[in-house]
Amino acid sequence: MTTAIDRSKTYSEIEAEQWLRMYRRMLMIRVFEEQVNDLYTRALMPGLAHLYIGEEAVAVGVCEALRQTDYITSTHRGHGHCLAKGAALDRMFAELLGKEAGYCKGKGGSMHIADPDTGNLGANAIVGGSAGIATGAAFSARRLKTDQVSVCFFGDGALGQGLLYEVMNMAALWKLPVIYVCENNLYNEYAHNSETLAGDMLARGSAFGLHAENVDGQDVRAVYRTAREIVDHVRQGAGPAFLVCQTYRFMGHHVGDINREYYRSKQEEQMWKTERDPIKVLGDWLTAQNLADRARFDQIHAEVKSEVEKAVQFAMAAPYPSPDKVGQDVYA
Amino acid sequence: MPETRELTLGEAVREALAEEMRRDSRVFICGEDIAEAGTVFKVLTGLVDEFGKERVLDTPISEAGFTGIAVGAAMTGMRPVVDIMFGDFVTLTMDQMVNQAAKVHYMSGGKWKVPMVMRATLGATRRSAAQHSQSLHAWFCHVPGLKVVLPSTPYDAKGLLKTAIRDDNPVVFFEDKMMYRLKGPVPVEEYTIPFGVADIKRAGSDITIVATSSMVQVALGAAKLLEEFDISAEVIDPRTVWPLDEKTLIGSAKKTSRVMVVDEGYERYGVTAEIASVIAEGAFYDLEAPVKRIGAMHVPIPFSPPLEDATVPTEKSVFEAAKALCSGGL
Repeated sequence: MTTAIDRSKTYSEIEAEQWLRMYRRMLMIRVFEEQVNDLYTRALMPGLAHLYIGEEAVAVGVCEALRQTDYITSTHRGHGHCLAKGAALDRMFAELLGKEAGYCKGKGGSMHIADPDTGNLGANAIVGGSAGIATGAAFSARRLKTDQVSVCFFGDGALGQGLLYEVMNMAALWKLPVIYVCENNLYNEYAHNSETLAGDMLARGSAFGLHAENVDGQDVRAVYRTAREIVDHVRQGAGPAFLVCQTYRFMGHHVGDINREYYRSKQEEQMWKTERDPIKVLGDWLTAQNLADRARFDQIHAEVKSEVEKAVQFAMAAPYPSPDKVGQDVYA
Repeated sequence: MPETRELTLGEAVREALAEEMRRDSRVFICGEDIAEAGTVFKVLTGLVDEFGKERVLDTPISEAGFTGIAVGAAMTGMRPVVDIMFGDFVTLTMDQMVNQAAKVHYMSGGKWKVPMVMRATLGATRRSAAQHSQSLHAWFCHVPGLKVVLPSTPYDAKGLLKTAIRDDNPVVFFEDKMMYRLKGPVPVEEYTIPFGVADIKRAGSDITIVATSSMVQVALGAAKLLEEFDISAEVIDPRTVWPLDEKTLIGSAKKTSRVMVVDEGYERYGVTAEIASVIAEGAFYDLEAPVKRIGAMHVPIPFSPPLEDATVPTEKSVFEAAKALCSGGL
């Protein structure tokens, strides 16, 4: 069995600047995704995209608790994880547009961003498909005696995949430093998870002896505090953990999923957008605590907007890979 | 000539693993019943004594899970060798091999590498029925990003496995479980065998028999029978079916003008089809007859011995087909 988590530590040292950094990063993801939506609807982006809007506090809160050298694996809805782990906006956009300057030379696209420099083992377009990779990275960390931890991001849809339970079992047996972060946004594509999930969600982790915990995924402060405790715990060798973040996908399953009323109501969406927007939740708290004023927020918004615009311009102007590159990188 | 001794194919595999584990501390083996049990075929017996349970790692019965862990471990600094007890169980690992291991390097624009080996068995006639007897190597040949190795002798098994472990790509290495006790000379000195280099197991001038894995032994037996009819058969073993040494295969076809391809995988859409096509395209105007293929019958492998024996190529069936091909009949 895993040991109990140490709750004696306080995190009073978290300064206003750190919360503002998280605010900026969440906003960056939001504005990035709005740009993606815009590029897509203007037919400037090939393929399709799965937007992370509404779930920003999960990626930002968890990644804020990680080191650059820690590993993550991401999902088809992965732009937020990549940016939160430190990916650059311009190379992200370039990859989404299939350009040579992109993170994967245009060979991966929206669903496969990978970046060794930020510990990003790759976004994965097979639901739950990266659970083995994330666990394997934790296996390496333990064998090579580094103190890295590995975070596997996935949605509630991945709880239907058997691979996840196979690797949770082995991670617990071998006390691997891996954290399975389930973003429960309530929907498996177009199906509410009340139709796809039986039993108790958290129990899926605790059954294997993982430290299992629920957190409000719209409150980045709660996500960060919990993630930090869990990351410390796991890094010290306590074995794997399972963190369920309760969140909501503000947009459709992908950019083309416009008419959603057959699977969820506009009222439901409106409630989450107005009352549970993670950026607004943190902004209101910072304001109430007198940690930031209107001018500061305006400045952050203007800076982020300008950074994103510059990155889009870079990506639009960047050249496509030459077709003769198609056969490169099949084998190392 | 280098000094050699006789080893079985199983011993050659074990020796390759031991040498590579001594050479590189990042190499480890994982799979079901591999430590104290030494696998059900006893191929790994003794390795746990030298390398310990951390490097000869018994896993739960979770083929997809431990293969996935191997992919992630390979990406982050280890060099895993995954043991799949019966090759039939590779079906459980297909997403991890096909969508993950094979594609990580390409999808990441060449940034991440997956230096892992999957060892699996193949081969029928062990009376193990439909789920423990298949030869599914063609599945992996179909996927860009993987390499596929089919050794036919103890010498090849050792040299190719060492190369596989040192390769920076995912390599699937198939051992015919009926050949583990096959003996052959293996040099005392260390050596490796490069991928993509076919080996002419027997020189000949009238017909080329391209054969893989245990079918090489079958083809050599058939070649002896053909001798009595004054037919000189050349037996070529590609050794790796991807990468494939097309040049040697086409060169031999041009020389002999008649070709048969023998492989224990299902004949339909299989390795024999691909190799026959490569030869037909590369040597068409030098061929006296269409390329003949013999693989496993398109049936699930049956249990009953006379039924099972009818499903896979034998010395007799290869001999008869070769003889017919050389006498103008098809």
